[in-house]
Amino acid sequence: MRTILGILPDALAYGMVLFTISIGLSIMMGLMRVVNLAHGAFTMIGGYLASFALVSLGVSYPIAILIAVIGAVIISVPFEFLLYRRIYRRSDELTQILLTIGITFFIVGIANYIFGPTSKPIPLPEMLKGPFDLGFRMIPAHRLFVIGCGVVTAVALWLLIEKTEFGVRLRAAVDNGDMAEALGIRTQIVYSVTFALAVGLAAFGGVVGAELLPVEPFYALRYMVTFLVVVSVGGAGSVTGAMAASLLLGLADTTGKYLAPEFGEFFFYVAVIVIVYVFPHGLFGKAH
Amino acid sequence: MKGLRSVCAAAALSFVAAGAHADTIKVGVIGTMSGPYALFGQNFKMGIDAWVAEHGNKVGGHTVEFVYRDEVSPNPAQSKALAQELIVKEKVQYIAGLYFTPNAMAVAPLLQEAKVPMVVLNAATSSITEKSPYIVRTSFTMFQNTVPAAKVAKQKGAKKVAIAVSDYGPGIDAETAFKKTFEAEGGSVVEAVRMPLATTDFGPIMQRIKDSGADMIFTFLPAGPPTLGFVKAYIDNGLKAAGVKLMSTGDVVTEPDLPNIGDSGIGILSTYHYAVSHDSPENKAFLALLQKGGAKLGDVTMTSVAAYDGARLIYKMIEATGGKQDPDKAIAAVKDMKWTSPRGPVSIDPTTRHITQSVYLREVEKQDGKLINKEIETFKDQPDWGLVKQ
Repeated sequence: MRTILGILPDALAYGMVLFTISIGLSIMMGLMRVVNLAHGAFTMIGGYLASFALVSLGVSYPIAILIAVIGAVIISVPFEFLLYRRIYRRSDELTQILLTIGITFFIVGIANYIFGPTSKPIPLPEMLKGPFDLGFRMIPAHRLFVIGCGVVTAVALWLLIEKTEFGVRLRAAVDNGDMAEALGIRTQIVYSVTFALAVGLAAFGGVVGAELLPVEPFYALRYMVTFLVVVSVGGAGSVTGAMAASLLLGLADTTGKYLAPEFGEFFFYVAVIVIVYVFPHGLFGKAH
Repeated sequence: MKGLRSVCAAAALSFVAAGAHADTIKVGVIGTMSGPYALFGQNFKMGIDAWVAEHGNKVGGHTVEFVYRDEVSPNPAQSKALAQELIVKEKVQYIAGLYFTPNAMAVAPLLQEAKVPMVVLNAATSSITEKSPYIVRTSFTMFQNTVPAAKVAKQKGAKKVAIAVSDYGPGIDAETAFKKTFEAEGGSVVEAVRMPLATTDFGPIMQRIKDSGADMIFTFLPAGPPTLGFVKAYIDNGLKAAGVKLMSTGDVVTEPDLPNIGDSGIGILSTYHYAVSHDSPENKAFLALLQKGGAKLGDVTMTSVAAYDGARLIYKMIEATGGKQDPDKAIAAVKDMKWTSPRGPVSIDPTTRHITQSVYLREVEKQDGKLINKEIETFKDQPDWGLVKQ
């Protein structure tokens, strides 16, 4: 029992980081049917911007998060306008993969050129530093903050999708893009806004998750598989699915690291294989 | 006709080039010049530059030229290719550097064939010098630093120790050395965790150590970004607050990382062969040289000292061979060298070709508002305990 209580908070924190970063990708893949391999690159941009803002500009942590999210969205605009618009829904997967992996290499190269090849620190504010006593164990205060961020993100997205006018259009565009367009929904705008939302969420997750997934030059390539796995296990386009997948995989990975650290990510992938075998379309996914 | 003429011209040119290079002796340096471990490769260069600034770039009329190559990460195949390129294309007479053990191991088989001696400036697994008679090492080994660490742990009253090391050559050496020494002294090891090199999240590992009931952690990770994460996880998961002591080799608390660990790091113990704060005239002169060469004091690590002493060995080898490629003579010339390094008195052990040096027990302390590793105890003339027949 003590062991379970010991593992759970760490698993929850890791799961929430995975969720915050991957949910943007999940919505994009569900809605636009774009296998966006550059998602990790936008996460990385967020991390680099936050690190730059904190270390070189000396701004406070919340401001750095804002700069990271808004900055990443602004940087993504030309990509969306010139490249992504051409591949929404229509093109085949190979084109999408080649285009987005190209964008990833491009961003990795530029980031290395501008910020140098070393890993980048994202210093935490005093409030999030140090241990916090949960009663049964101590946990880094930052992990509680990460868990909070994940919950807030999930609730906000659920409200956005289920309770707003935009959400209605979004769901319509996901379920049947052509019909939605015929009914007068300007899908192009829905797509563009969703793209910006996905990039913003990626950048946000990149900053708050930096303690667990440190920002370094090959971030975009190193963690991309993990993010894709979360989406495929959860089912593309489903908030609930992404949440369930993140928590499950976070639990598998953290338990593995706790019980048998020398096995590395073995348990993470075992969990993936089992889940995908039982649920070929992901936990909450629909067959397209 | 035109083709023939250009071939002749090229041949003539290459002949001239060969003639011009006859008295330039090239030394290939393979180090982590970029990537997450870049600081340590840059320290190789800082140390070598300091030696050259002090002694000039000429040895007995020969000009010495250092050629740098980037090893980035533990990638044996790539390092072997770099060494091959240095030997075949650049025609280097000596190889120096190598931050990671697997990379050094991969280069070793080339040395015999190419008659090129190698000076290891970091890689710390004991068995490296056994891989070729042409290898000498001016850095340290895990055994050398860990055996004193285990003795200190016992002195400090630790009874149950948890060991956490990176899962590769030097980590396993550290684990073996600590376990053997600590158990021989009468202590017990209650937990031994091998962490994959790519680990970034140390939370679960800390929790596991805490559950083991250990009263001290002994750890080794290669100096670089993960060490900071490990120390932070130790503090943030409440192990420090709960009175579990942290004992490590100096790799885990390098001086450039201390400001990032912050005041909560005060009191962390480590054993190591060099601290930037080492109080000796040689070290003061060395640090002044580094700063004159443009290095920042906050960036100095042990690899600059190993490189500085490594350059000393290479100069000696060039002198002894008169600039000719004669590895046996070169190695024989440095086999029992003795000198005072910025880290203290050192010598090369003639049988193991590894450096014998003092190992210090240090404690993180605040001095003039700056965190330093303060040397509080000296273990004199430590050999490589991994190769010494005990």
